Amino acid sequence: MSDTPSPPPKIMAAKKMRDLMTTYYLEALSAAQNHRQVAWITSGGPVEPLVAMDIIPVYPENHGAMIGSAKMGEDLCAKAEDMGYSGDLCAYARSDIACAVVKGGPIGGLPKPDMLICCNNICGTVLKWYEIQARYFQVPLFIFDTPVCHTGYTPEIAAYVKTQVNEYIAFLEQVSGKKMDPARMNAVGKLSYEGQRLWQQVLNTTAHKPSPMSAFDAFFFLALIVTLRGTQIAVDFYKELIAELEQRIKDGIGVVPDETYRLLWDNLPVWHRLKWLSDRFSAHQACLVADTYTSAWCGALKYMDENNFLDSMAEAYTRIYLNIGVDEMAEEVLKMIRFYDIHGLVMHSNRSCKPYSFGQMDIMRIVREKTGIPVLMIEADMVDPRSFSESQIETRIDAFMEIVKHKAGRS
Amino acid sequence: MKEIKRFHEAASQLADTAARIRRTGRKIIGYPCSYAPEELIHAAGCHPMRLFSSGHGIVQAENHLQSYCCSVVRGILEDSLAGRLDFLDGTMFPHTCDSMQRLSDIWRMNGAYEFFADLALPAKLNTPNSAVYMESVLARCKADLETALKISITDADLAASIALFNRIRTHLSTIHDFYSRHPGQIRGSDMNALVKGAMIMDRDEAAALLADVAASLRHMPVPDTPVTRVVLSGSVCDIPDLFDAVEAAGGAVVGDDLCTGQRWFDGQVAEDQPPLTALANRYRERVICPSKHAGLTTRADHLISLVNKTRAHGVLFVMLKFCDPHAFDYPYLKECLDAKGIRSMALEMDEGYRNQGQFSTRIETFIHML
Ligand code: SF4
Ligand code: SF4
Ligand code: SF4
Repeated sequence: MSDTPSPPPKIMAAKKMRDLMTTYYLEALSAAQNHRQVAWITSGGPVEPLVAMDIIPVYPENHGAMIGSAKMGEDLCAKAEDMGYSGDLCAYARSDIACAVVKGGPIGGLPKPDMLICCNNICGTVLKWYEIQARYFQVPLFIFDTPVCHTGYTPEIAAYVKTQVNEYIAFLEQVSGKKMDPARMNAVGKLSYEGQRLWQQVLNTTAHKPSPMSAFDAFFFLALIVTLRGTQIAVDFYKELIAELEQRIKDGIGVVPDETYRLLWDNLPVWHRLKWLSDRFSAHQACLVADTYTSAWCGALKYMDENNFLDSMAEAYTRIYLNIGVDEMAEEVLKMIRFYDIHGLVMHSNRSCKPYSFGQMDIMRIVREKTGIPVLMIEADMVDPRSFSESQIETRIDAFMEIVKHKAGRS
Repeated sequence: MKEIKRFHEAASQLADTAARIRRTGRKIIGYPCSYAPEELIHAAGCHPMRLFSSGHGIVQAENHLQSYCCSVVRGILEDSLAGRLDFLDGTMFPHTCDSMQRLSDIWRMNGAYEFFADLALPAKLNTPNSAVYMESVLARCKADLETALKISITDADLAASIALFNRIRTHLSTIHDFYSRHPGQIRGSDMNALVKGAMIMDRDEAAALLADVAASLRHMPVPDTPVTRVVLSGSVCDIPDLFDAVEAAGGAVVGDDLCTGQRWFDGQVAEDQPPLTALANRYRERVICPSKHAGLTTRADHLISLVNKTRAHGVLFVMLKFCDPHAFDYPYLKECLDAKGIRSMALEMDEGYRNQGQFSTRIETFIHML
């Protein structure tokens, strides 16, 4: 290819989404003035009962991603280290713990919580992190304990998690002083289900060649299904986004000019290097079409009953991607490789996230054995830039792409 | 004391220890964490053996676990892959921290031993529903053992095992109590060996030997030598050098909040309750590990009361690098100690700590400061 192709048009919905997020954060930040309660909740936590009870959910992890993208992670992480926290701890936790004290970050800190909801389906880190914040803010903490399903969802686990759905609602009723309205809960459950179904549909569009968006776009558009899950806003937005993506498919618009290679990303994004990484891969006509991370917010749809949300919620929230065995995770990766017709797997070995990263090397071996596609592992951290070696990673990406090209027979 | 030598050897000559146990016909089930239901394994006619990293260099585990994983998890996997644990018939993984959670998967997927079980323990221990769940996890574990071994474990079997382990705990508590009240009479490395050995060797043998040790203490002269009294708190700790370093500096470890120490043997399993209920209660009520939750101040309250009880002059935090649960708790625990005017110091140790002894100078400075 001699002439550089012109960059594809931007996805228009991005602006709308930015506005929606701004509105959401403004509402959250002014909650106290409007006599509304705020709950901090983990990203994989059951948010629907909060929405049904008109409590504003706030996600420290989404905030962590914002801190990372705004390249404010290093300062906040260093501040946490000054407070005595080890630099080897999850950078979301470190930056949030520091932020609560110094009111830093891109929006001057999150609104003070009235309660904390911690679901440990993603990691044990959140348990420790939320204990720390519960002591700091002196607010009640509810732990939604979802035992790991190493080899399946046992009847014991099912019974235990179900009892906690009731405990959870009782907790919310007590802290908010209001009763939960079952009809409203049903409606929110339906919206949540619908939102997740649409999110899956958004992600599915990238199976098309060329792909109308990339995993980097998905990392961006993810924010709504995390923060506004269970609302009409999310449902309406994703419908619009799907329409736009489908139009791009019709018009033959690919996000990477001359897309030739299709890659799968594993683990959280490197928030502080999104553009850099995206450019590196695009330069090789490679598009990261999918990732294992953003699909976590629709991966459990199969366990969900939209007409009986509360009852099915226990299983759906327990059997999410990070709360299953590594072998089952490898199966999911293989499925994605087939569905998206992937030429290479890029694994982000994320120093922040042990449950996501340990086991990756076994998944790598399985993928190599079962598909023969090349796998690249780069070590970084999603928020803290201090463990990112740009020149080394650049060299490794270039070498990896040579192998991908060679294997795909197009070099 | 010659008995103590046996405990040192049980750990240092692990393969021999295992061979002797196997000759008695007991299968050996290993586990990496003190939340494993040893009594249940024992009642199934097997030998429960706590796994410690041997500290050999990491070679094969490099292919499974990144460098930012704690040395316990990497070390145990290395021992397994290198064949140093070939005497095992099976392993059991209680759910605790994220690293251990993934070790369990990796272990199962690369499995070399006949029997494997996960114990999906609750993370929160202070609600009635989690108590019910805890017991149901133990019941499942019992059923898994029964199916795998084609046996049935009766309540009488369980009661006998519980009684045996209670004896071990009682003896250890007696010895530790003496050790703590008369610092300098039993060396810290010996006390540590008694505890570690009792997690490894044949339990009947351990109970008998510990009874002898406890009895012999009654005749021991107790001169009063003033020492600086230190409490240890932190991750897994089986480094005899550390106790030596404290003693060389004129101090003594008089108490600990370690799962390789008092957390393991303090307290009893009730013998007047249905066995599984009693076991579940013990795991919920024992001194808590930071990977579990039983309230927001539980650990600090315990640490401060331990310091008061042992009249310790300071607290030494021993933390393994990359150990998240302990690293998260440290600033808070330190703050609580500070507020009470209790001095503390943190030592972070990485994979190479065993041979380096670089912590001696820091320990010395700390002890002299107290
Ligand atoms: S990045 Fe990983 S360790 Fe950190 S909160 Fe998320 S799941 Fe937990
Ligand atoms: S510190 Fe806790 S999780 Fe780690 S081995 Fe000990 S009891 Fe288990
Ligand atoms: S509790 Fe700490 S030392 Fe123990 S296995 Fe987990 S990370 Fe390693």
